[in-house]
Amino acid sequence: MNDNKIIYLDHAATTPVNPQVLEAMLPYFSDKFGNASSIYSIGRESKKAIEESREKVAKAIGALPREVFFTGSGTEADNWAIKGVAYANRDKGRHIITTAIEHHAVLHACQYLESDGFEVTYLPVDENGLVSPQQVQDAIRPDTILITIMFANNEIGTIQPIGEIGKIAREKGIIFHTDAVQAVGNIPINVVDLNVDLLSLSGHKFYGPKGVGALYIRKGVKITSFMHGGAQERGRRASTENIAGIVGVGKAIELATQNIEENNKKLLELRDRTIEEISKKIPFVKLNGDRYKRLPGNVNFSFEFIEGESLLLMLDMKGIAASSGSACTSGSLDPSHVLLAIGLPHEIAHGSLRITFGTENTHEDIDYLMDVLPMIVDRLREMSPLYEKVKRGN
Amino acid sequence: MSKKKVMVGMSGGVDSSVAAAILLEQGYEVIGATMQIWPDMNEDVKLTEGGCCSLSAVDDARSVANMLGIPYYVLNFKDIFEKSVIDYFKDEYLKGRTPNPCIACNRYVKFESMLNKALSMGIDYIATGHYAIITYDEDRKRHLLKKSVTQQKDQTYALYNVTQEQLSHILMPIGEFSKDDVRAKAKELGLYVASKPDSQEICFVSDNDYGKFIEENTDKKIVPGYFVDTKGNILGKHKGIIHYTVGQRKGLGIALGKPMYVVRLDMENNNVVLGEEDEVFSKELTAHDLNFISIDTLDQPIRVKAKIRYSAKEADAVVYPIEDDKVKVVFDAPQRAITPGQSVVFYDGDIVVGGGTIL
Repeated sequence: MNDNKIIYLDHAATTPVNPQVLEAMLPYFSDKFGNASSIYSIGRESKKAIEESREKVAKAIGALPREVFFTGSGTEADNWAIKGVAYANRDKGRHIITTAIEHHAVLHACQYLESDGFEVTYLPVDENGLVSPQQVQDAIRPDTILITIMFANNEIGTIQPIGEIGKIAREKGIIFHTDAVQAVGNIPINVVDLNVDLLSLSGHKFYGPKGVGALYIRKGVKITSFMHGGAQERGRRASTENIAGIVGVGKAIELATQNIEENNKKLLELRDRTIEEISKKIPFVKLNGDRYKRLPGNVNFSFEFIEGESLLLMLDMKGIAASSGSACTSGSLDPSHVLLAIGLPHEIAHGSLRITFGTENTHEDIDYLMDVLPMIVDRLREMSPLYEKVKRGN
Repeated sequence: MSKKKVMVGMSGGVDSSVAAAILLEQGYEVIGATMQIWPDMNEDVKLTEGGCCSLSAVDDARSVANMLGIPYYVLNFKDIFEKSVIDYFKDEYLKGRTPNPCIACNRYVKFESMLNKALSMGIDYIATGHYAIITYDEDRKRHLLKKSVTQQKDQTYALYNVTQEQLSHILMPIGEFSKDDVRAKAKELGLYVASKPDSQEICFVSDNDYGKFIEENTDKKIVPGYFVDTKGNILGKHKGIIHYTVGQRKGLGIALGKPMYVVRLDMENNNVVLGEEDEVFSKELTAHDLNFISIDTLDQPIRVKAKIRYSAKEADAVVYPIEDDKVKVVFDAPQRAITPGQSVVFYDGDIVVGGGTIL
């Protein structure tokens, strides 16, 4: 064991709350506890805090404050965007375009709509996980009402040509949503320049708190309300506001976008070093996702002849937190739909490892990772009859 | 010296929970794990049960692991379980045999896949909550599998396929305890699972309706055929051979004026052969796909107590080697409903000699 030290390399799963963010949030649990709908002073103070936070989120993505709606999570934002647009526009058509590598929040929302009479086209991606704007163009039908394509992939980090797709969608007058949960804070985003109509984000992916996200809805986009109740979020997402969370997401997005260049420079260095060393030191590996059009902190490798599950457990025993595939409700691992979609065979999709760096990671973390990982891979391969055969064949 | 590591297969039930607790007390570094083996559920199940996998087992096992303060993982064995247990189960029924899926699961999933996975991760042992005892016999220089001290709880019948190599890496800590001791131990530890009933049925078949399960999960057409007597006279129509098993009397769906039993399943003619009670008894069987534990190989006849199904009583018999991987078993007294596909397990007192699959 590594003296209980944990090296956290799973920032695509979640990030620690930035101390400055936590500090900004704390008063709203105790002193400033007022309900933002109340007319007295501590109520007004809460309302003010929400609106300031809304301005920060809007500014970070190039939107107007009134186009930003707070939600309970990124998943909620995705569900609202997709179902809300589908139901509000169903008299115009029932066709939706998406990709095979979306997050389950998008895929399962689309599948739900299919069971309710909508038709969904799941665009394939190339071996790097990229969808081509031409494919999007070709998939458009007269009854297409929504295109929903993720900004950056949570598993393999591939960044999609959102601007080009946005242009096509705008020209055709089709509503365009992007799940930017992994991108916000990592990539500079301007919804106006990119012709995006709706954008989902989630606070805990950029050093904000869990349990709060936001949906950008461009002024004029037809969408149903998500929760019916009070007048919060202009009646479109009723619920007493999670004020501390909303303050947290505002502060976090402000900090993340302010320091984006500096952070990215560091992350790119860690990422590129890791990709290079794994490729060099471990045989029979494959980098998943595009080598360059990828998130600055994302590394995703497949290791032939081993199971990702055993690899992760052994890394965990050595104090390294990383991930693989997508977890089922029980916590066990299935081969990832993303890796299958980029054409990996089932058994190799099972043997993948995702490492995602964050601001607190250092080169020493990679030193330790590179001490441990080749050893673990070796050990697991020793037990693989398939690897034995390959070795003997050489 | 560093502690030996053991991975305990946890189901959330009393036995495996207590096994984990005992190993902790014995000074092992214990890691809890639940095998996720069930195929993905359909939407209807999700609507009513909420989620995939057998979540309640996982939730229970996880809470026990938290209480014991041990790391806990859910490991994915869906593919191997489907291939070596569910597919085998279906194929056997479709071939007119009556399989024992628990034996297949122990053999291929627990003591092969799970054990190999644990060993490859640098874990020294796997442990289960089975009622059985594993010891090493210095004289024979062999690992032995023995019956649990609680004879009525003994689970060695389903474990006879373990090899010497596997036995050297398996721990079954509750074999030395009675069921009451185990329950008391669970209470003492504050495990709320202590009052859960024992599990009995085939875990992947709901309502124990295996016939329906096979019909819903096979491409093969289940063809109705005839009930015949042992002389070939047609007695009535049956709804497909998979729905019957040797020795069965209830649920045949025909009235014949006297109690009739399934004597044999005749795949070739798609007939279910019925007979009176005495026709269900026979004195011998042949078995193949053998594994021996207390001896290396069988080269001469031995006298044993033999058990022909999980719930059967042991009976005096002699086992004769007849050819490679095949034995003939001759009982002193006729046995009721010797069923192809089930296993016959041989005992010498408390010691499991070995066993095989009935042909």
